[in-house]
Amino acid sequence: MLSRPLAAALAVLLALVLSGCGGEDDTATPPATSSAAVETTSVPAEFPVTVEADNGALTLDEEPDAIVSLSATATESLFAIGAGEQVIAVDDQSNHPADAPVTELSGFEPNVEAIAGYEPDLVIAAYDPGGLVDGLEKLDIPVLLQDAAPDLDAAYEQIETLGEATGNVEGAETIVESMRIEIEELAGSVPGAAGATVYHELGPDFFSATSETFVGSVYELFGLVNIADAAAGADAGGYPQLTGEYIVSESPDLIVLADTRCCDQTAATVSGRPGWDQIEAVQNGDIVETDDDIASRWGPRTVMFVEQIAESLAGIGRP
Amino acid sequence: MASASGLRARLRAQPERALRGVSLRWTAVAGVFVVVAALLGLALGPVDLGVAAVAREVLSHVPFLGVESSFSATDDAILWELRAPRVALGLLVGAMLAAAGASYQGVFRNPLADPYLLGAAAGAGLGATVVIVNGLGGAGLDLRPVAAFAGAMLGVGIAYVLGSSVGGRQTATLILAGVTVASFLTALQTYVQQRSTDSVQEVYSWILGRLETSGWTDVLIVLPYVVVSAVVLLWHRRLLDVLAVGDDEAASLGVPVARVRLIVVAAATLGTAAAVAFSGLIAFVGIIVPHAIRLMVGTSYRAVLPLSLVFGAGFLVLMDLVSRTVVAPAQLPIGVITAFLGAPFFAVILRTTRTVGP
Repeated sequence: MLSRPLAAALAVLLALVLSGCGGEDDTATPPATSSAAVETTSVPAEFPVTVEADNGALTLDEEPDAIVSLSATATESLFAIGAGEQVIAVDDQSNHPADAPVTELSGFEPNVEAIAGYEPDLVIAAYDPGGLVDGLEKLDIPVLLQDAAPDLDAAYEQIETLGEATGNVEGAETIVESMRIEIEELAGSVPGAAGATVYHELGPDFFSATSETFVGSVYELFGLVNIADAAAGADAGGYPQLTGEYIVSESPDLIVLADTRCCDQTAATVSGRPGWDQIEAVQNGDIVETDDDIASRWGPRTVMFVEQIAESLAGIGRP
Repeated sequence: MASASGLRARLRAQPERALRGVSLRWTAVAGVFVVVAALLGLALGPVDLGVAAVAREVLSHVPFLGVESSFSATDDAILWELRAPRVALGLLVGAMLAAAGASYQGVFRNPLADPYLLGAAAGAGLGATVVIVNGLGGAGLDLRPVAAFAGAMLGVGIAYVLGSSVGGRQTATLILAGVTVASFLTALQTYVQQRSTDSVQEVYSWILGRLETSGWTDVLIVLPYVVVSAVVLLWHRRLLDVLAVGDDEAASLGVPVARVRLIVVAAATLGTAAAVAFSGLIAFVGIIVPHAIRLMVGTSYRAVLPLSLVFGAGFLVLMDLVSRTVVAPAQLPIGVITAFLGAPFFAVILRTTRTVGP
């Protein structure tokens, strides 16, 4: 369509702009051949199976062995429950575990044709932007939609659903059971923290998460008071943007940074913000630097996040 | 001022000012407006410090009054380290965007021109996005202002070269070139942004505009750019009036049209880029403020430019006050507020004023 000089100019410009932008571009893994997927599950899977997803009931006639995951959380869960070998491609955000077959597929700007190119027999997604589900269903590709879980119980349910849908019921139950026990234990380990206030930071522009969100429900486990809840009305999704002066005036006892990777925030940068030296958490050094990914997903690694919070709360000397 | 030549210049300027400059009445109105806006910005916010307490705190810093402040250390930090720099940045950015808008309109004789024309804002957006996406805008050295300025200059440069190579001196061609370049740069910016979902939230928050500062440092970085740009623009306000009669006519009056245009565009772009690098893309100020002033005081740039500067400053502080209080303790992007409140406000002025501008 474009004339050749124009196309060339465009290419040069794009290259100029994007040079140095790349970094962690893992090369796309070609779709695995179906012969590679050998049945190794100990419990004979019961197929056909019908599972509940956020896009309605989904019936799978046989065990999927060519799964595409567009959800970073689902990818972590699939590998944790033993369905890793059935996964042929994951989206560009799925950076854990390391052996997940990362591709350039995007879960935010999904390209139905590119997904279909992997000839999946099951696609798992966390969002449904731009008619993703409709598009895949038209191609007779089963889609399992799992929105962001609002709390731990919903997260457990999603893992169990993945177990049923992939023929790894036992693996899923084991994971959920151990998560449940460990998290309950951690939540009960710091009774003195109840009533302390917490500020969860998603970005240096003060986007936060209320108790309606998954991460907010983790703070509720510890009986913490979330300072973002006062702004709950401002954002139906549970992620309001707070003002700096509100945070300073609330003077939270604990600051949890979930913007250490995206935005290079550290306890030091937070302490150096103008006026923030007045905040209790800053004065006492109660600033937790979490891994953005772990703090923003609702998969098996949630235990690590809960552990980190429990450790930091142990230091909070509440009378 | 005591020198003879300075006195002569003042005497010579006197009758002209009475004729076409800012009238005493409008000087007073503008002064009161910006002071009231700034005081409201200081007194009100998501945290209720108490208007009387804020007044006492401010007065306690005035020597010889003997006023005692009732502020705690936290209140003090909120007012002077968070709220005051935000108001100051609002004043600077508002003044800059409005004055730049008025200047672009004058220099291109197009009532729709503003910093978004000619790819200045789009270029600045591309520059800032590249920096944010590559993680160079966070801790340590913040490259955003530099990249925004480079992008803005690139945008204006391409538009200028493209426009003048095709259409000579016709301003319509120049504006068309600007719109083309702006679309192209916006496309590139969106592409870069979509390539990195990690920082998409940071980029969006910048695109929608915000005046949340990281303290007085931001204000001090923007200040010199705005001062230099504003002085250059005000210096050229008479020449903008001459340009209004047309390029050929202005040239026949001895005005170096091309040079004036280049200087004014460069100054307006410099100021815009510096402001935009910190505040993000705050739409509408560059259009609405100069036009509201034209509708009220007439079309002479000798009045429009200085009044745009002052009213733009007060206007943005008031808009920011709304953005940080209307959903308190949360906040809304200021770009949303300027358009949402600015549009009806402008419509009212348009309908109630019979004498329409250019």
